[in-house]
Amino acid sequence: MKKIEKARLPELFAALNETAALYLPADRDGVAAFTRWQEGVTLTEKLNTVRSAKDLFFPQVETLANFKTQGGTIEIEDAARQDEDFIVFGVRACDLRSFEILDRVFLAEPQDTFYKARREHAAIITLACNAPEETCFCTAFSIDAADPQGDVTAFLTDTALCLRANTEKGENLLAKLPLSDGAESEIAAWQKQARETLEKLPIQLDLSGFTGERMMELFNHPAWQPLSEACLGCGTCTFVCPTCQCYDVKDFKTKDGVQRFRCWDSCMYSDFTMMSAGQPRPTQKERFRQRFMHKLVYYPMNNEGIFSCVGCGRCLQKCPIHMNIVKVAKTLGGERDA
Amino acid sequence: MRDPLIPVVGVVTKIQTDTPDVKTFSVVGTDGKKPFAHIPGQCAMLSMPGVGEALFSITSSPTQEDCLEFSIKKCGCVTDWLHSITEGTQLTIRGPYGNGFPVDTDFRGKDLVFIAGGIGLAPLRSVINYVRANRANYGAVDVVYGARSRDDLVDYDEITNDWAKDGITVHLTIDREQDGWEGHVGFVPNFVKELAFDTSKTVIMCGPPIMIKFTLAGLMELGFAKTNIYTTLELRMKCALGKCGRCNIGSKYVCKDGPVFRLDALDELPDEY
Repeated sequence: MKKIEKARLPELFAALNETAALYLPADRDGVAAFTRWQEGVTLTEKLNTVRSAKDLFFPQVETLANFKTQGGTIEIEDAARQDEDFIVFGVRACDLRSFEILDRVFLAEPQDTFYKARREHAAIITLACNAPEETCFCTAFSIDAADPQGDVTAFLTDTALCLRANTEKGENLLAKLPLSDGAESEIAAWQKQARETLEKLPIQLDLSGFTGERMMELFNHPAWQPLSEACLGCGTCTFVCPTCQCYDVKDFKTKDGVQRFRCWDSCMYSDFTMMSAGQPRPTQKERFRQRFMHKLVYYPMNNEGIFSCVGCGRCLQKCPIHMNIVKVAKTLGGERDA
Repeated sequence: MRDPLIPVVGVVTKIQTDTPDVKTFSVVGTDGKKPFAHIPGQCAMLSMPGVGEALFSITSSPTQEDCLEFSIKKCGCVTDWLHSITEGTQLTIRGPYGNGFPVDTDFRGKDLVFIAGGIGLAPLRSVINYVRANRANYGAVDVVYGARSRDDLVDYDEITNDWAKDGITVHLTIDREQDGWEGHVGFVPNFVKELAFDTSKTVIMCGPPIMIKFTLAGLMELGFAKTNIYTTLELRMKCALGKCGRCNIGSKYVCKDGPVFRLDALDELPDEY
């Protein structure tokens, strides 16, 4: 365990940024967002960023290739991959779990080389939680927010930032920083208090009913109609979700060719599945159902029972009609008081 | 490090007009050779940068050495572009994608009944010509093929001439009476019921969803087992790699777990195709 006094955090961030480009959650336009560090940028006091840390590995928009289409011939130029190391500081336990969930999609064969390059070049410093918000429910997914992993785990106590390396990459990183020696015992009381708080999160979910065997029963559940009735299909839940990974591929005509890019997309949108031959999900009920069935049933069926939700609570905070995965899970799981 | 999303350049060497809205395109690489090997039922992504990219079933049999063929109906952005081009035009191609039909396992030694409606013949033609090239490995072969009118029957020379020579019985039908047409008139599902095939045969089917639905009902009435019926699905796709999420049905991705499904497996999935 290493440590640095809280007052010296700017010094720590400067030192981290010396080793590789540093990103950290900072206040921007009144909300917290992962921000490229520069002199004067400070760590937010907010628990979490509005958009998740997935942006740093699977950005909202990225170029895949450039085409030159002159004189009837086509030339294809692969877009650049991440080739420089970078550091992400302040990843919460929920977002860290989302990387594991995204890995199982993007690093499954055939691997997505754009995502892979970013994952390989990143060092992740997680930040343990001790003051969850009322929308947090990571414990439903057996996430220990008081002790997340990553390359390095950081614990922010009243007086100091304590840092523990979990990987060789983390060891090498800490060795380059202006830190003094600390002991595990220094965070013991902090962690005990944090765990007591986390055990009493106001949202408790029993997800044991969401199994592959019950897929068709859940799919045909009568509650999808009332649950989805007010859904605007705005896709906000998708865009703030750390595990949503659906994307679109589009072309953009530039002055000397064509840029092919991909961008986030949402199964909540009507044209997501629209074909000239028809629309397999004709109403918002089917689109709404797809999103939650995928997170709670389909993804776990393909991934050893791991749910594609991390309990970060962003969708609870942002949905304009106050519909969310907690209400869905409770309704379908049989609880009335959602 | 080439990403599986990045295509290669292909050249359209031949364009055959099959019907007023279907053309068959022959595609090779810039080296003049077939871009890649495939299994009948697999698909490929064709694209014109600036227009878009879309998934098409490969119409030619793997036994065709010189090129890949795609029979494509004009019905959207990419297909409109394809129907406007001339021979020699370059496009991009990537693939092959999907599981394909079990031509060398489950289909071996079986009597096969192919049922196609409209452009649904395109993926089945790959299987039919593979079967013809390996004729001794299969039993009796029937093809039921229907279209809106005589003009919409994809009039491959093969269907009327070559297929019969290889002992394939072809049953054609059109939706409505037409001058000069002496063949069967009526929809595919009813025609299949009239033909009353022996239920020991293996059925391979592709067509519009409405045809599939009613033909299946007819086959069930005739007493066919779900384990003897295969179909191939089409859903919107962007990556064809099981990542973009569009073709997800239940725990399956049509692009990689399909597009070919046996009916008993398809029956376990939500009805969203």
